[in-house]
Amino acid sequence: MDMREFDSPTKNTWCPGCNNFGILAVVKQVLAELVNSGKAKPEELVIVSGVGCHGKISDYVKVNSFYCLHGRVLPPAMGIKVANQRLKVIAFAGDGDAYAEGISHVVHAARRNLDVTFVVHDNEVFALTTSQVTPTTKIGFRTKSAPKGSFETPLNPLHLMLSCGATFVARGFSGDPRHLKSLLIEAVRHRGFGFIDVLQECVTFNPIREKYASKIYDLNKEGHDVTNFSAAWEKACEVERIPIGIFYRVEKEIYEKQLLGDRILADEGTIPSIKKVLQEFT
Amino acid sequence: MAIGGQAGDGLMRAAELTGRMFNRLGLHAFVFNDYGSLIRGGHNFCKIRASSRQVWLHRGSVELIAAVNQDTIAKHENELTEDGRILYDSDVAKYEGPHRALPIPLTTMVKQAGGISIMRNSAMIGAIACLYGIAQGLVSEILNQAYGDKATKNIELAKTGYEYAEKNFEQILKVEAIGRNPTPFISGAEAVALGAVKAGMKLYVTYPMTPSTAILNYVGPNQDELGIVLVHPENEIGVANMALGAAYAGVRTMVGTAGGGFALMQEAFSMAGQSEIPVVFAVGQRVAPAVGAPTYTAQADLKFVLNAGHGEFPRIVVAPGDPEEAFVKAGEAMNLAWKYQSPAIVLVDKHLLESYMSIGIDESKVWVEPAKVAEGQEEEYKRYRFTDSGVSPIAFPGKAGAIIKVTSYEHNEYGYAEETPDGIEKMQKKRLLKMSSIIQDLKGRETVKIHGTPAAENLVVAWGSTKGAILETMALVNKPLKFLQILYLSPFPEWEVSRHLRAAKNVVLVEGNLTGQLGSLITEHTGFHIKNTVLKNDGRPFDPVLLAGKLQEAFGWT
Repeated sequence: MDMREFDSPTKNTWCPGCNNFGILAVVKQVLAELVNSGKAKPEELVIVSGVGCHGKISDYVKVNSFYCLHGRVLPPAMGIKVANQRLKVIAFAGDGDAYAEGISHVVHAARRNLDVTFVVHDNEVFALTTSQVTPTTKIGFRTKSAPKGSFETPLNPLHLMLSCGATFVARGFSGDPRHLKSLLIEAVRHRGFGFIDVLQECVTFNPIREKYASKIYDLNKEGHDVTNFSAAWEKACEVERIPIGIFYRVEKEIYEKQLLGDRILADEGTIPSIKKVLQEFT
Repeated sequence: MAIGGQAGDGLMRAAELTGRMFNRLGLHAFVFNDYGSLIRGGHNFCKIRASSRQVWLHRGSVELIAAVNQDTIAKHENELTEDGRILYDSDVAKYEGPHRALPIPLTTMVKQAGGISIMRNSAMIGAIACLYGIAQGLVSEILNQAYGDKATKNIELAKTGYEYAEKNFEQILKVEAIGRNPTPFISGAEAVALGAVKAGMKLYVTYPMTPSTAILNYVGPNQDELGIVLVHPENEIGVANMALGAAYAGVRTMVGTAGGGFALMQEAFSMAGQSEIPVVFAVGQRVAPAVGAPTYTAQADLKFVLNAGHGEFPRIVVAPGDPEEAFVKAGEAMNLAWKYQSPAIVLVDKHLLESYMSIGIDESKVWVEPAKVAEGQEEEYKRYRFTDSGVSPIAFPGKAGAIIKVTSYEHNEYGYAEETPDGIEKMQKKRLLKMSSIIQDLKGRETVKIHGTPAAENLVVAWGSTKGAILETMALVNKPLKFLQILYLSPFPEWEVSRHLRAAKNVVLVEGNLTGQLGSLITEHTGFHIKNTVLKNDGRPFDPVLLAGKLQEAFGWT
């Protein structure tokens, strides 16, 4: 299958130069690889996205999709998996979706080890609403909602996910699509909650690519032990140099298996009669 | 009778099992419970009524008080009939009053048997059975059914209580089994769950909140037997959005919540309308606004659910009045939601969900009515294909050759975002067109019920669980009276309601709210204004005796 088969007829409305174009291309490549490697049939792929610039990815990929409400990316993803665990679900959220409006869902999906891939387009700003602070906005950043500069301590998404019990915690960089692609493949392959925080710039409201590019390095090339929780935590503290790659990866039973075993609810019929059940009430 | 004590004393269980005992003898039983928002302590009581005819509600007055504490006697003594009796745990309470005292050392019995305090309820059930001349074997049978492997000690205590009563007390009366095959003795909560199951529900998603927790408490332990799955996500917003995901993937799903929880689900409810994902919401009303009086009943969320969610989209709202209707209408709600790919609400309340009654349930009234499913692949699949009925053939992820895109954005037939004026309005109209299809469908279903004398010129109009109080009131007043019970609130069955209103000379509206919400809905749809109203919002169901007085006043009876 060629990645171009995922091209949608919808006109793309992202800003010229938007980092989402790169992510979109990576996603189509990974979907094509999933099909070509026999890991999933095209009809078994589902993408879920939130509301914000990133969310348009549902319109830009010709594949099953659930384009949901702002912040509510993971609950429908969970519903889809509970209904049919054969489906391969990749969920996309913005930093506003994931860490502001919908943070409760992120915490719980991670702790449950729901078997979905969760990609956060983290550009540290609400872009589609024309620039307001998000929970990952750096201190001092001036926007319409913080004209004197943001003074709220930003959230560290990797620490958040590590402390929630996520079994796959990674960071990508939109400026390195080849690396991002390998990360996404690993995350999709991971059996459990595969989390990737993608550092990206907003070309219009937060152009930081150059600043990041000089500090980025691949921690997996420097002998990082991905099964070591403390090492992952320490790496996630680094700010002078910015590590990307897989911080933490462990195996743990997934939510769907514990809830359902091998049942596929979508295939099951309803019980033919409740006669016996009704007798219990007499 | 009234059974009372503190929360944690196992009284609701005792009342339920006592009701079940009467039901097993072929009598019609009704059990009502009244409790506060706490786990231990406070004052809980249940009222049990049994009769050879259908019982729709308990009565205020009682012939027996069964008390495991002093408080119960003080709180309910004034409800006793003239020759009423008080059965009480003589180890913790005493009674020296005008009524007949039946002291029984329940605490000592439990201690001697090496049981735990809550088991006083079993000894009490034994004593109650004896007072009504019910065979001890039946008590054991009921306890066995209820407790399974853990029944032994409870059966032993019931026997001790029974024998003590036999030796020391005079029978109140001997209840004879009547020749009626026992119907289910069932709560509204259980019936809602079973109706949905029979209509194909495979997934129940909920976050605990009284009174809908009663559905959770039934579904949880019985999910395997029912062939369904229960999921309890992080919050109500998670619940509603998860349900949308599951229904998108092809699973009939019901959400359970209360008024406050449903308030949190508004945006997802609107998305169900926009994305045409069928989800059923069982909404249990309780005293509001806000947290209100969490464990008490109300009918004040009607306008809320009718207007829930931003934007315009079709919705189905149905309000059953008893467990049988809860079974049938929950099933219909599920079927209609799927046939018309619209959200449906089963509007219930604490009184209906948590009260138990003997009532026939005919399972053949509910079956899985198929949705319009996309079959062939002659052309490219369009999730929102324009059709004459407004209903697009549905398909689920996993279907080869189909790409199924659902979205919270306004969209074209394929499910891609759409912002042109023509595109927006065409899709808005397509969704609203489904309302006409739903109305046509409802014309073949029971949307209202007529009780009493169909030709009577005096008409009572009501909805939901108030049905029980009105039927009991009608039995009390013994005057020709017609009762119009409105089951469907959306679409509103004006074709039925108008003609009954026109035929009546005097009309009285009875509702468990203070603003006459059904009344204003009737005005909106029929132009008919009902001036005479009996309204209250105090957390309790209407008392038939008091309601009879109100109707007498309203209809000018002498």
